[in-house]
Amino acid sequence: MAKGRISIVVERCKACGFCVEFCPTHVLALSSAFNSKGYHPPHVVHPEKCSGCDLCGMYCPDFAIYGTKAPEVKKGNDEKPAGGKQ
Amino acid sequence: MLNVLNDDTVNPVEPFLRTDRMPHIWCPGCGIGTTVNSFARALIESKIDLQSLALVSGIGCTGRVAGYVKLDSFHTTHGRAIPFATGLKLANPKLNVVVYSGDGDLSAIGGNHLIHAARRNIDVKVICVNNLIYAMTGGQTAPTTPGHATTSTNPYGTFEPAFNLPHLVEAAGAVYVARWTTFHVRQLSRSISEAFQKKGFSFIEVISPCPTLYQRRNKMGDGLDTMKYYKEKSKVKNGAPTSEVGLTLNGEIAVGKFVDRDRPDYQSMMRAQYHESLGERYIEEPETECVCG
Amino acid sequence: MKANPHGVLTGTHFIDGDHACCEGALAAGARFAAGYPITPSTEVVERFAARVPTVGGTFIQMEDELAASIALQGAVWGGAKAFTVTSGPGFSLMMEHIGYAAMTETPCVFVDVQRGGPSTGLPTLPAQADMMQARWGSHGDYEIIALCPNSPQECFDLTIQAFNMAEEFRVPVMFMMDEVVGHMTEKVVIPPADEIEVTPRKHTTKSIEEYLPYGTNGDLVPEMAHAGEGYNFHVTGLTHDERGYPNMTPQTQDKLVRRLQNKVRNAADRICLIEEDHLSDADVVVVSYGITSRVAQRAIDMGRDRGVNVGKLRLITAWPFPEKKIAELASRVKAFVVPELNLGQMVREVERSAAAKAKTFSVPHAGGGVHNPEEILNAIVEASRC
Repeated sequence: MAKGRISIVVERCKACGFCVEFCPTHVLALSSAFNSKGYHPPHVVHPEKCSGCDLCGMYCPDFAIYGTKAPEVKKGNDEKPAGGKQ
Repeated sequence: MLNVLNDDTVNPVEPFLRTDRMPHIWCPGCGIGTTVNSFARALIESKIDLQSLALVSGIGCTGRVAGYVKLDSFHTTHGRAIPFATGLKLANPKLNVVVYSGDGDLSAIGGNHLIHAARRNIDVKVICVNNLIYAMTGGQTAPTTPGHATTSTNPYGTFEPAFNLPHLVEAAGAVYVARWTTFHVRQLSRSISEAFQKKGFSFIEVISPCPTLYQRRNKMGDGLDTMKYYKEKSKVKNGAPTSEVGLTLNGEIAVGKFVDRDRPDYQSMMRAQYHESLGERYIEEPETECVCG
Repeated sequence: MKANPHGVLTGTHFIDGDHACCEGALAAGARFAAGYPITPSTEVVERFAARVPTVGGTFIQMEDELAASIALQGAVWGGAKAFTVTSGPGFSLMMEHIGYAAMTETPCVFVDVQRGGPSTGLPTLPAQADMMQARWGSHGDYEIIALCPNSPQECFDLTIQAFNMAEEFRVPVMFMMDEVVGHMTEKVVIPPADEIEVTPRKHTTKSIEEYLPYGTNGDLVPEMAHAGEGYNFHVTGLTHDERGYPNMTPQTQDKLVRRLQNKVRNAADRICLIEEDHLSDADVVVVSYGITSRVAQRAIDMGRDRGVNVGKLRLITAWPFPEKKIAELASRVKAFVVPELNLGQMVREVERSAAAKAKTFSVPHAGGGVHNPEEILNAIVEASRC
């Protein structure tokens, strides 16, 4: 169960690659999609590995991505957790 | 414009941004935005009263930080953020004043003000983003550009020695001097928090990529390559003598907290002197009723 | 509002113009000055340094005029009324920041005690050769207000006016003294504080959500906020919109600089202070300012004794220039005589405004001393014959 989850602001991304590189658990990769400026934003390829450490958020020079800790999930519920406040 | 996958969580930096001005103008792979993340987290961590915070910048890429942060912010003239900050702080001593500017702005045209503010120990926190170049104007040599680098005004290579900024400001009198790179996001944040706890002139240098100009002209790759380069070349040397932390084109990047000392700040010294000379006649608090009525 | 009594040294004094200027600043509510020593202005801040700690303010001697001219602006945004003093070489250094004050609409006062130039020139001797520089010294299109005292008493009274105009119009005001006015000692009467009118800062009363740092409601002067009040405003020297955000387009530029120009020019009638005498029957009008106006007065009196219908127009406000007054006079007088301690600066404005309807005679002086009244009288007589 993922301890964290990623939020991405696609339109701000300039595809610098910092988040992909410095994620300690290699959760991200640059996608083949692109935003309106033509940049390939990252996407989550290994969501289960996300710890919510937010290193991606700390590195991102464009404020385009951040990680948050997932709230406690009730037993048996594998769905995306209900909205949590940070 | 905002296209958030997921929800109602908020990026910790978001409340500090003028979101109506995003995306910003900094290049892909530029490190300035990264420093702003560290800054925002330091503000959260130190529980600074944001209303009391004023940010002053000069001209250049880093100078644009003032326009992107949702604080009382002043984008001043080239090299003069520090004297502006001095006036701001002296008129309202309750303000927490941060100067956020670049290496060229602070050490070339602003050099005189840098050393005098350090000498006086004016209580401002200076975050100097050092990308080793004059970026905004197209990549000219800065006093911090290492020798043998290629720039637009030294097309055949620089040959001047570069300033060792920590050494300079320590000699001038700064009470807190640290250097990190944009790779060291957590340490940078911690240093900024520590600076907020100190009274006096604090100087935090952050080495940052300029992929468009410095790195490109010197064939050092893009922003990501530079971040990996910082990871490889930097060495944490807390407490190192600042005379030994100069930067070269391909050499070691000494990072860490180099100076953390205490001495009375300008305002304390001023007040002490006036109390001694004038006694009861001295009025310590600036009178403000004469302004707005 | 009335002046705060803390800063008002009520009484009759025998002091020079520099000292009187300092007292005027304190009476106006100035509680911050940043300066750099330069003859013949230094006494203004030396006195301020001695007085202000007992009044509740700060003086800091900065490392150069570049620092002084912007430190005072930081203080203004921190909530103080602030000024600096200098002379020619320092005035030149301050030009960038005068432009910054104009662009960011920072209310403040720059005192220039003019001396011989160019360059180091005559540090201890008078001139009036910075008059055009006061108006045009910084780059770009902007307006300033410039006042010219001609006595230590006026150095007190007009300094208060300078601060008041700075606050009313949110412009940097140039206080154009000269070395003689600055260093001459005369009687200066400082009234009680409740007889001194002081203009308060145009501080916004809007809520944080509503406030637009550079929005205006028709009077062209935006309301101001200070750092530390929670408005989270942005101030920049870049061309900006009403939010204060950089917006570098021709449309925003046009709107902004025209407003900066109009906020002063539309109020020119109120800002242009002049002293006139014998204009109703004048054939010749002597236009002068500062110390030269004192010499000119003598020449005017001598001229009238000789039967010349000579009138006086003294520029108390040099900028904006009283174009309309000159244009009106030009349609009914023969000539203007313009003595100045320079090789012809304000005379160009007289000529321009007269638009060839009357002749203009310049009485230049390279500086270093003042005219002899006879020099001005000769010009008056010659003018009366044309």
